[in-house]
Amino acid sequence: MTTQTKQQVEEIEAFEAAQEIEGGDVVLVDTREPHEYQEAHLENGKLVPPGLLADEIAAAAPDKSARTIIYCRSGNRSYIAAQQLEALGYEDVASMAGGILAWQEQGLPVVAASGMTAEQRDRYSRHTLLPEVGVDGQLKMLNAKVLLVGAGGLGAPTALYLAAAGIGTIGLVDDDLVDASNLQRQVIHNTERIGTPKTQSARLTIEALNPDVDVVEHNFRLDASNIVEILSEYDVIVDGADNFPTRYLLNDASVRLRKPVVSASILSFDGQISTFVPFEGPCYRCLYPTPPPAELAPSCSANGVLGVMAGQMGLLQANEVLKLVLGIGEPLIGRLLLYEALSTRFTELKVRPDPECPICGENAPEIPDSELGKFPDYDAFCAG
Amino acid sequence: MATIRIPPVLRAQTGGQNEVEAAGGSVGEVLRALTAEHPATAEQLFGPEGELNRYVNVYLNDEDVRVLDGLETGVKDGDTVIIMPAMAGG
Repeated sequence: MTTQTKQQVEEIEAFEAAQEIEGGDVVLVDTREPHEYQEAHLENGKLVPPGLLADEIAAAAPDKSARTIIYCRSGNRSYIAAQQLEALGYEDVASMAGGILAWQEQGLPVVAASGMTAEQRDRYSRHTLLPEVGVDGQLKMLNAKVLLVGAGGLGAPTALYLAAAGIGTIGLVDDDLVDASNLQRQVIHNTERIGTPKTQSARLTIEALNPDVDVVEHNFRLDASNIVEILSEYDVIVDGADNFPTRYLLNDASVRLRKPVVSASILSFDGQISTFVPFEGPCYRCLYPTPPPAELAPSCSANGVLGVMAGQMGLLQANEVLKLVLGIGEPLIGRLLLYEALSTRFTELKVRPDPECPICGENAPEIPDSELGKFPDYDAFCAG
Repeated sequence: MATIRIPPVLRAQTGGQNEVEAAGGSVGEVLRALTAEHPATAEQLFGPEGELNRYVNVYLNDEDVRVLDGLETGVKDGDTVIIMPAMAGG
């Protein structure tokens, strides 16, 4: 039995510790003060402050025969703690030389303040430097769930920038395949992906851009039978749909579920965008009580669209999403922003809540799921 | 004279023009001046009773005429009338 307090304990370098940790079956003990631990610690490191070692080590490391690596800030406290652990009967203890400082110097990952890793601190540093965003704001983005309806002209640029910004979960609804004619504006796809599902193509691009993002593919069309369940999973919805039935359906369900919708549409050289936050401002039906007939509702595939303008509108949508997630700035609630690419002109119009609105008005009736998105002349819609 | 902004879906009916100057003391008169000059716009703006179609939004400057006095809303020299149907392109 070892009873000495000055015996040699095993010291290992940070990279050796990293290899052992990766191999598994290691108990990792952090012997610093709680405020140091909060600032940054190794993943799975269990906090046992030096003054509480004798009392708390059994809870953190119940198996005295298990490989136990102990670290502190620079390696001194952990050396002493390792001696104490051996005195308490721990059989296989090592102190990490140089502590967490040496670990970080090697570029090894830590769980930093409030849950960001060192890699994330680096990746999002240009966000966290902004006082309006900061670490807290970045964490809000990493925890946010945003659904993009349409992975096309609007959804492609929106998804790319939301992914780069670190939106933690991005859902994509689209049932189309990538077509060569998409690539003039749908920058999330590429030539090699022609013929593959858009949701899959977008997921591959996002995963290569930012591994922090969890991409959820919804490779089908929204309809009254599935929309409530899907929308329920998300915090913010982005409407980049290419047809009126989906836009009205999305509006009706999002008002029901109290989900904010960032809605944009594009045609030729012109775009428009607004943000609909249920019961804080108007909804899509307050703005457009009824859809236009087919001859007034041409699609991009029939009329053409300037790819760059689609990108500009998509990024305006991404900007709205970030403001909603962060709770900063002034979202386009009750405002409709028009953009004309040829004259590079923005025009802002007021949008008022309609007291008679059948969906969000004062006397709007409760409607069953099957009635979401319906109009008496439903079949007259132009699809796509 | 007021300036009328023509949306992309109506430009085929205005010979491609995206803005048209029109005279009139009310929104209705200004729009009637437009349909007089470009008759093909009429059936898309107005219903059989001469009312504004529900699917066409018309703004006087930045305000929806539905919350003003509709087609009776007064128009001053230099005002802008914006015609804006919903668009679904994505």
